[in-house]
Amino acid sequence: MSLVIEAQGLRKEFTVRVKAGRLRRERRRVIAVDGIDLRVERGELLGYIGPNGAGKSTTLKMLTGVLTPSAGQVRVCGLRPVPQRTRLALGIGVVFGQRSQLWWDLPLRDSFDLLRHVYRVPAAEHAARLRRCRGLLDLDGFLDIPVRQLSLGQRMRGELTAALLHGPRVLFLDEPTIGLDVVSKQAVRGFLAELGRAGDTTLVLTTHDLADIERLCRRLVVIDHGRVVHDGTIAELHRRYGSRRLVVAELDAALVTPPALPGAPLERVEADGRRLVYALDSAGVAEVVAGLAGLATLRDISILEPDIEDVVARLYRTPIHSD
Amino acid sequence: MAEAGGTLAAYRALLRAQARAQTAYRTSFVIDLLGNVGATVFDVVTVLVLYGVTRELGGFTLRETLVMVGLTAFAFATADLLVGNIERLPRYVRTGLLDAVLLRPLGALPQLLLMDLPLRKVSRGLFGLAVWVTALAGAGIEWTPSRVVLAVVAPLAGVLFFGSVFVATATVSFFWVESAELANSVTYGGRDFTSYPVTVFAGWFRAAFAYGLGFAFVSYQPALALLGRADPLGLPAWAGWAAPGVALVALAGAGAAWRVGVRHYRSTGS
Repeated sequence: MSLVIEAQGLRKEFTVRVKAGRLRRERRRVIAVDGIDLRVERGELLGYIGPNGAGKSTTLKMLTGVLTPSAGQVRVCGLRPVPQRTRLALGIGVVFGQRSQLWWDLPLRDSFDLLRHVYRVPAAEHAARLRRCRGLLDLDGFLDIPVRQLSLGQRMRGELTAALLHGPRVLFLDEPTIGLDVVSKQAVRGFLAELGRAGDTTLVLTTHDLADIERLCRRLVVIDHGRVVHDGTIAELHRRYGSRRLVVAELDAALVTPPALPGAPLERVEADGRRLVYALDSAGVAEVVAGLAGLATLRDISILEPDIEDVVARLYRTPIHSD
Repeated sequence: MAEAGGTLAAYRALLRAQARAQTAYRTSFVIDLLGNVGATVFDVVTVLVLYGVTRELGGFTLRETLVMVGLTAFAFATADLLVGNIERLPRYVRTGLLDAVLLRPLGALPQLLLMDLPLRKVSRGLFGLAVWVTALAGAGIEWTPSRVVLAVVAPLAGVLFFGSVFVATATVSFFWVESAELANSVTYGGRDFTSYPVTVFAGWFRAAFAYGLGFAFVSYQPALALLGRADPLGLPAWAGWAAPGVALVALAGAGAAWRVGVRHYRSTGS
């Protein structure tokens, strides 16, 4: 495996001028990104999340060479993003949900053709990639329509195609599903999942829609106030913040005293004692079922996956202890 | 080699797209072309009107001054066509266009210029060229080979100089968003300044614009060299040939300012 993204102590601060009194203006320092370390291997699918203003977009802009870091080391595809911006651009693709890489007044097809020249892609390669995207993203219905007349979902599918036509090794996506309807969201997620399965392209995705993350990313980096507060799998996040899978057992008749099961504390009792909810700490589903089977007749068993939104919401509320 | 060729082809493709988008509505494009000559015509007429009430301005006759007017009209209009839209930089920042071009494997400045090239301003440049040629023909210049070279090089140096001024002043908006007024006072102020003999102005204003910012070398000094007149302000004769050098210095300064500006670029939220 090789490292595609390597950042150490990445930091960005701005000075903003704020009104202080009628004429006076104060300069105030705002730290958008406060020392981020990040290592991403080739082929990884990384979810990069955090509340508004946490520094997600700023990080992405430093990784893509748009913004100059205030401090820290950063390499993407082995290149330094700002000094080697144009070389790096050939190797990365970027989709900013609220920005466009397309030519507003031209048909979508013409934008794609222009990008072939901009990225100096051999015609045959370009055509092959476009054909693939047309199939997977269903572009044929609106290729000849000027971009400004496309719906948001159509435009986003166009943006994704535009970002991939030069065969980038890393794809950065900043809120790619923002504002999309359910069908378009599914189309975009399905496409990205397909891309991830192929294993060549590294994906870095920021989003507010955690369904994107659950569907696509094994690894999750959560940042808040410009710092990494979690870096690991989604399962690790659940373990760390005490969210567990739940087993819901439906019984024929209520038990007088629901049994205590080792490794699976009882969470709650519902439906007048006929529905028992156990949390899975160290025990598995089978052990819970076995523990109950001797005491009551089971009608149904279901498993509730932990809700990532709850975890993240709790995470955002937790104050950060800095030293 | 192939790399450089590919880059040029990329810029050509951007230019073609821009031309296609702007000429899509033919009638309105033609009207735009005609309407755009107006401003430059007005600049020339202003000078003619002044000479209606005086025989000389700062010691120069109408024919002599027209050489400066023609040079400025061509150089400014052409620079405005090619580079002038960079004064819309704050808008590019706001709409995210600057982010978009920074993500592509091409220079940010050439992309911005090509993607917003106001082709309708071609008419101004052509009008400026006509004034320049007419002024040269009517000024009674004793033509020598070196003066012919100067007659060709000076307007090009002027384009380069005004273009650099456009870029340098626009760059200020990277640091200070509401800098448009200041930028305009230097660019359009510079154009008005170079439409008259420097001798018309006086004091710190002349010192600052003519020599501090270098506007004296855009039209006044080359005109002196073409007309074979000594500088009443005492600069030696070679100053009349300094235009290309001054333009290159301006170009280097503007390039450096742009690079520093992009490094300081802060982008906008999300």
